[in-house]
Amino acid sequence: MADHEVHEFDVIVIGAGGAGLRAAIEARAQGAKTAIVCKSLLGKAHTVMAEGGVAAALGTVYPEDNWKVHFRDTMRGGKMLNNWRLAQIHAQEAPERVLELEEWGALWDRTEDGRVLQRDFGGHRYARLAHVGDRTGLEMIRILQHKAVSMDIAVFMECTIVRLLKDGDRIAGAFGYWRESGKFVEFKAPAVVLATGGIGKAYKITSNSWEYTGDGHALGLWAGADLIDMEFVQFHPTGMVWPPSVMGILVTEGVRGDGGILRNESGERFMFRCIPEMFKAETADTEEEADRWFTDRKGARRPPDLLPRDEVARAIVAEIKEGRGTPHGGVYLDIASRRDPDYITRRLPGMYHQFKELADVDITKEPMEIGPTCHYVMGGLKVDAETAAATVPGLFAAGEVAGGMHGANRLGGNSLSDLLVFGRRAGLHGAGYARSIGARLEATSDQCEEIARDAVRPFDRSEGENPYGIQKELQDTMQTLVGIIRTEEELLKALDRLGELKERATHAVAEGNRLYNPGWHLALDLKSLLTVSEVTALAALERKESRGAQTRDDYPKMDPEFGKVNVVIRTKDGEPYVDQAPLEPLPQDLRELVEAT
Amino acid sequence: MAGTSTVTLRIWRGDATGGGFEDHEVEVSSGEVVLDVLHRIQATQAPDLAVRWNCKAGRCGSCSAEVNGMPRLTCMTRMNILDQTEPITVAPMRTFPIIKDLVTNVSFNYEMAKRVPAFQPKPKPPEGYRMAQQDIERVQEFRKCIECFLCQNVCHVIRDHEENKPQFAGPRLFIRYAELEMHPLDTGDRRELLQAQMGLGLCNITKCCSEVCPEEIHITDNGIIPLKERVVDRRYDPIAWLGRKIKMRRSGRAE
Ligand SMILES: Cc1cc2nc3c(=O)[nH]c(=O)nc-3n(C[C@H](O)[C@H](O)[C@H](O)COP(=O)(O)OP(=O)(O)OC[C@H]3O[C@@H](n4cnc5c(N)ncnc54)[C@H](O)[C@@H]3O)c2cc1C
Ligand code: SF4
Ligand code: SF4
Ligand code: FES
Repeated sequence: MADHEVHEFDVIVIGAGGAGLRAAIEARAQGAKTAIVCKSLLGKAHTVMAEGGVAAALGTVYPEDNWKVHFRDTMRGGKMLNNWRLAQIHAQEAPERVLELEEWGALWDRTEDGRVLQRDFGGHRYARLAHVGDRTGLEMIRILQHKAVSMDIAVFMECTIVRLLKDGDRIAGAFGYWRESGKFVEFKAPAVVLATGGIGKAYKITSNSWEYTGDGHALGLWAGADLIDMEFVQFHPTGMVWPPSVMGILVTEGVRGDGGILRNESGERFMFRCIPEMFKAETADTEEEADRWFTDRKGARRPPDLLPRDEVARAIVAEIKEGRGTPHGGVYLDIASRRDPDYITRRLPGMYHQFKELADVDITKEPMEIGPTCHYVMGGLKVDAETAAATVPGLFAAGEVAGGMHGANRLGGNSLSDLLVFGRRAGLHGAGYARSIGARLEATSDQCEEIARDAVRPFDRSEGENPYGIQKELQDTMQTLVGIIRTEEELLKALDRLGELKERATHAVAEGNRLYNPGWHLALDLKSLLTVSEVTALAALERKESRGAQTRDDYPKMDPEFGKVNVVIRTKDGEPYVDQAPLEPLPQDLRELVEAT
Repeated sequence: MAGTSTVTLRIWRGDATGGGFEDHEVEVSSGEVVLDVLHRIQATQAPDLAVRWNCKAGRCGSCSAEVNGMPRLTCMTRMNILDQTEPITVAPMRTFPIIKDLVTNVSFNYEMAKRVPAFQPKPKPPEGYRMAQQDIERVQEFRKCIECFLCQNVCHVIRDHEENKPQFAGPRLFIRYAELEMHPLDTGDRRELLQAQMGLGLCNITKCCSEVCPEEIHITDNGIIPLKERVVDRRYDPIAWLGRKIKMRRSGRAE
């Protein structure tokens, strides 16, 4: 195999979203020679799309708010399956991380007295999301990008990592290709931070982009790291449903936070029928009380439209299934009849624009039609809460690719804060680890050669499978068989089909040459996509209960026994298998916080 | 809004060594945008067709191209606004070197961004920064920029003048400077740099950049013109500059 380009760093960060950028900034600040590698151009990672806000108990709008309440909301939202220590650190450190961005130039929307304004979101007891209109992610990524650029961090953009390299049982770097030229590149580094985001491209209806093929999850697993909670895939209750070409594009929860409500075909506010036991005490049971809540937080309880996402998504699916959906198979999200046009366009300019341009709908005049869309994966690499270290020495993970922080269901706004808090920790401890490894680690040269040989195989075939076709079938399979509502029968069927697709993917062909060739890139991405799809189905099969984002029609109840374990995915001889591991018990003082009403 | 039709997309195919337009006949369903159709061509006819995209919702600025000669985000360009009886041309942005098909080398913009001196905040008071919403709105307008580089693409100073690139930051970067200049917490002064090395003087306010901005940022009126005024102030009257800096923040400037 021909020579390839080689670079040496102390820390390489794979991913340039919020988590990756924050990790790189911290690693560099610690003095580590640091690089960022990402599949798209800098500034285009998923984080740029985040709309509603970043959760942090700043207490600017409600002085009663503090980390303890945030911790409580996060654990309850996650159906108590969260790693409590991750959730605790997150709630404690988020305010500092959010305010730190101001020192780097961020301009959050302000309160009357000039402090950071906070917005309401589902599952958060108090208005807690710092935001900039409905383009919070853009603000965050730009500020982090500018900071990183000013710090002498090497950036390798449009460069895709296909494998991690190892020296014995330690991480020794990563191997990938330039998308532009198709040439291979090796990064030698003792510490690798995975910050690759999620797996949403495994589904047909999704708010996620082409990048979300679960690369980091797969890279970690192939390198021997454990994944946890992979059965928990979040379907956001409100994605666009019409026209078909925009199906899945996100409608921010901020619409409901700012007063929007859900209605079925006949105009009924059906959420009042769908309040689960766990949230009864804190949820309004009449329309009058729900409406009053927007102005009277002490005297009224929050509207059921703002229950955690899993609850709302399930309620919408049921409503549609029972024939009370809209003509295009969704339900209505109505802010037009609730707020004046001025308020709507000021608070939600992006949403206004999106519906106007893409669906010919004026959201200040008409309700939106919405339905659930695949949005986020709670599952990911198992990490140590203090250091963000994965279970393979030298490997760290932060952001959506890490698991445990959100348990069975993530609250809105808790991802952006997670990126900052654990991105920083991953960078800090990645740099520390790199420093502690005095000697150079070396991946054997045949590792690289084998990866490279394997990667160009799609060009060797003159005929075979179209990778786009395989991807489409995979997405259909996951959407219909491993979707919001699951059964054993369907999950087994899914695993069968995924097995076939896996076989067919080995015959995927790439046409043309290696220069910026999306067909070839997809053929390579299919490997991780197939791996994460398979482990999602395996984990879903293992968890024989309904909890958070996992709804099993054949096991409709929460099972206290399953409340004590994480489903873990490991590999043996390259094949994934499923296991269970006990949760760390929640200390008594924290238990009291969670149980407080 | 139902139904499908067949249209011809005339797409520029090629790489740095050359290329030309190629016609693709393709089904289009109602409601679709140009990017959807490009994806269909990729999936069914030309798997190696190079296109950039991420969000498909006008939020990331990846999918810029020239559609029927108009610089646009392909993900926000509905097919039904185009005349579908004629072939629809889709070409890469002209100002940047071709990599392949619709993908251009936009590194110029990233290089220019590296030359922007970083944000220099005032010290943080113990109780945290306080800022009034009205004082940050102008800067927030500039921050809406999604870095689609369409404004850079249409600016005549560099569109057909490769030789100007090293000394011309371009409209995208001008509003980045404006953003820093008008930031209530920033203490830096980048006016000398703007005039001497970033080519602010080369801009003759044609406003082509503002016209194509998908975020509807008033690049010239709110960004470039005030910057030009400040540069002049710096030369003649530093006190007036300071006065203006403060006044601008208070009142904001409308189109
Ligand atoms: C439309 C939308 C709106 C959202 N709104 C909110 C919100 O309001 N609040 C909130 O808290 N959360 C929100 N989320 C969720 C949140 O935005 C994401 O979970 C978060 O941004 C993920 O950040 P990250 O840093 O983990 O990864 P990303 O930002 O997704 O970045 C991943 C990076 O990894 C790179 N990468 C991936 N694979 C490879 C590879 N093989 N080689 C090299 N590089 C690779 C990518 O190029 C990219 O740079 C939203 C999500 C979406 C889709
Ligand atoms: S106004 Fe200035 S920057 Fe904008 S296009 Fe015209 S010359 Fe270029
Ligand atoms: S200013 Fe407007 S046109 Fe220019 S890069 Fe930013 S969003 Fe695009
Ligand atoms: S794909 Fe993001 S702006 Fe078009």
